[in-house]
Amino acid sequence: MITIEKLHKKFGSLEVLKGIDLQIKSGGVFAILGPNGSGKTTLIKSMLGMVIPNSGDIWIQGENIKKQWRYRHQVSYLPQIAHFPKNLKVAELLKMIKNLKNKPCDETSLVATFNLAPFLNKNLGDLSGGTKQKVNAVLTFMVDNPIIIMDEPTSGLDPVSVLELKKIILAERAKGKTIIISSHILSFIEEISDEIVFLLDGNIYFKGSVSKLKENTNKSNFEEAIASILTTSYA
Amino acid sequence: MLKIIRYSFFDLIRSSWSYVYLLFYLALGFVLLFLNNDISKSVITLMNIIIVLTPLIATVFGIMYYYDSREFIELLLAQPIKRTNIFLGQYLGITISLSMSLIIGLGIPFTFYGLLNSAAIWNFSMLLITGVFLNFIFVALAYNIALYNNNKIKGFSYVILLWLFMAVIYDGIFLISLFIFKDYPLDNFSLAATMFNPIDLSRILILLKLDISALMGYTGAIFKDFFGTMQGVIISLLTLGIWIIIPALNIYRKATKKDF
Repeated sequence: MITIEKLHKKFGSLEVLKGIDLQIKSGGVFAILGPNGSGKTTLIKSMLGMVIPNSGDIWIQGENIKKQWRYRHQVSYLPQIAHFPKNLKVAELLKMIKNLKNKPCDETSLVATFNLAPFLNKNLGDLSGGTKQKVNAVLTFMVDNPIIIMDEPTSGLDPVSVLELKKIILAERAKGKTIIISSHILSFIEEISDEIVFLLDGNIYFKGSVSKLKENTNKSNFEEAIASILTTSYA
Repeated sequence: MLKIIRYSFFDLIRSSWSYVYLLFYLALGFVLLFLNNDISKSVITLMNIIIVLTPLIATVFGIMYYYDSREFIELLLAQPIKRTNIFLGQYLGITISLSMSLIIGLGIPFTFYGLLNSAAIWNFSMLLITGVFLNFIFVALAYNIALYNNNKIKGFSYVILLWLFMAVIYDGIFLISLFIFKDYPLDNFSLAATMFNPIDLSRILILLKLDISALMGYTGAIFKDFFGTMQGVIISLLTLGIWIIIPALNIYRKATKKDF
């Protein structure tokens, strides 16, 4: 359970989040949508404590996260782009993150799923962007955390890996985990999400299920529904 | 925090730059000893090099490492670790690996030349201690600059300017003001001015230890006059300590507030 109250964030003079109130209930896939610059990543990073909000509070599993770090024992994060220290080997990075998470981890099956075995002894600096993103996915899913947060998880992945990622997400959902995902790939979202929130200029424009969004906008197709929001709000 | 120190330390000692740095000191040590053929004389020559070069390398290394590891910091921030531990851990990781290059790189040639049986061993140790202090100070300053500037080019320019200011310009301004105000008593002014520049302070610290009045210059002479050798050494070491603590505290403060 995640509760966000009156969350404001400014970067310089740019107001990115303008008082977000949001409740994300436990269990299920929760998608955060919105055009570029609508505050998706800032919202996600606020939940992780990477961005410090100007005002407002966030509770994760009943704990106010302000200046806290132990709650991150419950949260896995898959960032948009993966950058690792160049001189570390993949196996060493896995070991290091396991060491930092300080929890039982199971990475062997994930390494097999993403065909990473040949890369385990390669330097991270030599890997391609997509392979790095796979390593990232392994880091995210190897720990059994009740909350998983993903920012554009499909970026750089090939179609086979996207398919694998989707399977993993669905499997995690079946275990009753809370999965928060932001993506521009609408077909991906429509397929897996239980609830969506649509951000527009730092405010919540819509919150509900995909079918309710279609109903509200009188469209039969998810993509057209999103497009109609954008055209009406910018017109 | 120990984990972070360990990882950045190992990450750094595996980068080729650490080896270049180590080899540079090795070569420098051997060449100086070969040319001077005397440990005490080499220590003096070395002082002039260390005092100017260590800060430069520490600042450039510090800021490069920060910008290089920025995305990795983001990955670490999402892990269950205290924010400040990430930054202070990285800071210590860099300074320790730089200091090790310095100590090993200069230690090996000097030990070969019979440093351990020579009277210059304490002077040499003082030189290394000062070098380590300068590493801690200038990496901390570079980290401060990096935390306030997301733009790499800006950060690099500030860091180079900082070094240039401390190593060259400061002395110039200092000398000019001594010249202009030569009719007034300048003892206290020059004492204070020395405290505000860690490079000057280190120079005086080593010269006090070496006890070479001829090289001390005006400030060194005043320093010695005012504090005496022993007290002078202690005061300058303490001041160098303050030069580490204040920027390190500011890293701590800024690290709790910065957005990523």
